Amino acid sequence: MNRRLLRQALPFLSLAVVLAATFYVQPRTMSYFGLNLMLQYAVPIALATIAQMFIITVNDLDLSIGPFVGLVSCVGATLLFETPAVGLIVLLFLIAAYGAIGALVHVRNLPSIVVTLGLSFVWLGLAVLILPSPGGKAPVWLKGLMSVQVPAVPFPIIAAVVIGLLVHVALMTSSYGVIARGAGGNPKALRRAGWSMLRTKIMMYMLAGAFGVLSGLSLLGLTTSGDAHVADRYTLYSIAGVILGGGEFIGGRVSPLGAVVGALTLALAGSFLIFLRISPDWQIGAQGAILIIVLALRALVTYGEQKR
Amino acid sequence: MTALIERLRHKPWVFSFAAALAVWLITIAYTQGQGAGAILTAAFSFATFTIIVGLGQMMVITTGPGNVDLSIPATITLSGVVAMKVMDEDSSRLLIGVLAAMGAATLVGVFNYGLIRLLRIPPIIATLSSSFLILSTAISYGRGIRIKPPESLAEFATMRLIGIPVMAFFVLGVSVVIAVILTRTVYGRSVLAVGQNMRAAWLAGMNVDLTRFATYVLSAFLAGICGILLSGFSRGAALNMGEEFLLASIATVVIGGTSVAGGRANVPGIWGAALFMYLLVTMLNTFGASAGIRLILTGLMIIAVIVAAGGEEPR
Repeated sequence: MNRRLLRQALPFLSLAVVLAATFYVQPRTMSYFGLNLMLQYAVPIALATIAQMFIITVNDLDLSIGPFVGLVSCVGATLLFETPAVGLIVLLFLIAAYGAIGALVHVRNLPSIVVTLGLSFVWLGLAVLILPSPGGKAPVWLKGLMSVQVPAVPFPIIAAVVIGLLVHVALMTSSYGVIARGAGGNPKALRRAGWSMLRTKIMMYMLAGAFGVLSGLSLLGLTTSGDAHVADRYTLYSIAGVILGGGEFIGGRVSPLGAVVGALTLALAGSFLIFLRISPDWQIGAQGAILIIVLALRALVTYGEQKR
Repeated sequence: MTALIERLRHKPWVFSFAAALAVWLITIAYTQGQGAGAILTAAFSFATFTIIVGLGQMMVITTGPGNVDLSIPATITLSGVVAMKVMDEDSSRLLIGVLAAMGAATLVGVFNYGLIRLLRIPPIIATLSSSFLILSTAISYGRGIRIKPPESLAEFATMRLIGIPVMAFFVLGVSVVIAVILTRTVYGRSVLAVGQNMRAAWLAGMNVDLTRFATYVLSAFLAGICGILLSGFSRGAALNMGEEFLLASIATVVIGGTSVAGGRANVPGIWGAALFMYLLVTMLNTFGASAGIRLILTGLMIIAVIVAAGGEEPR
């Protein structure tokens, strides 16, 4: 029981350690503006991580979320800026497309890795067609929303907490959330109990699409111009975020709050490494090392909990 | 006739070859037969790199759900950089360069499985994190300089025999060896058994750990070979030389009819799928499609092939 509690607390402890280390290396970040600057890009990463989490809940994996976020940023910077109505319809259509993919994966019993791998090309291609080179303009309201100044607590922190809590309530406490996680835990049992796996999968894929759209729009609000390749690394970030947050690839074991915290940890780790002034050559390597250390700690904590 | 179709339905690799053939025929119909042979020769050159890493990825994926090697691109880069730097454009240092590169690649495989086993990290995350470390090692060791391969290596990588690249024969040899290992050795049968049911394999007295360990090392080893050949072929090692092989290695394995759920591998399918992927891009280039259209159609084709080949029967 104690280990289980520790395991659930681990994502939060990791975040605290990375945050403390950052403050220690660069004390000036311990301020409203410091935190605001360091964490602003955590918002789109957290949203993409939540999107990935919905897919992982039903035992699938989305390798296309990065290019999808890039596509949304391109749509936002062109269509949504010029003719908001058309832009909105396109974005809704993209969410519907995610639902259709969920249905296809389920009905034909396809490996989600391959289907989303193919999709990643499709999203990138569409983005390049809409916006061949980086440019366009973010809608004014979007820029305004992402640069909101809230007194006392920086906006990214509030946004992260709100996103995490909302999804937590929806997925972990609602009865539909139980069904959704059950779809990952034991699909056969769910089917025998009379629930439609098809509808559950479509629902979870559409939620992933919706959060992908939110991620792309929030990223656009920060960068203020669209770029097809802006979020290429998000696919890996989102998977790593879910796992850092205590989620598992199979069995419907996920944690929305953990996922948000995992995303924050990843975003902070980037700033931390810059403050450390390590050679740019080892920048990526150090990120890998941080990931390994956190997961090693988790292995240590859970060592006694489960035996094969 | 129906019996034939029924038999073919159970050979998933036929789809990949049929798709490759169809794409090739459409291309030469468009060019009215011009360059038909040249396209095939080019396909056999470029596809060989995908085939080598595809074989390694196939073995890893076959060991069961969740097993995939995301460190292949970084390993290709590391091996290419190490080979070029140790050989130092000197043909007499060819062997020592190859040994150094293969040694580095093998270490990567050992490290990968160490993470998976000792830290109990899911393979996707383990190989992802290790790929970051490997890439940093390659960057700092190679310092971004484009080093040329020794003449003998470049010659081997681009040599042709009756119009077919010598490398294609070499990779055919590697494929045959892998196929024999898979179907005729204790190790190969263990890979399939572990992929079908890890617990059952363990209860049956198989050494599950050793099997999985050997598989990750094999995958890294093959990525190492790919890195050496690729830097010979493209006249130098570059830090982004492995990039495209992440998606390519996974896509060829699955389009080729290997089961993503593990336990069923398919060597000929890797060839069909790699040729299909290359010929597809060639066809779209011939049509003069823009970059965006090319990407969209490539993606849709991958999805179409996997939908046509069908998924797993539910267990």
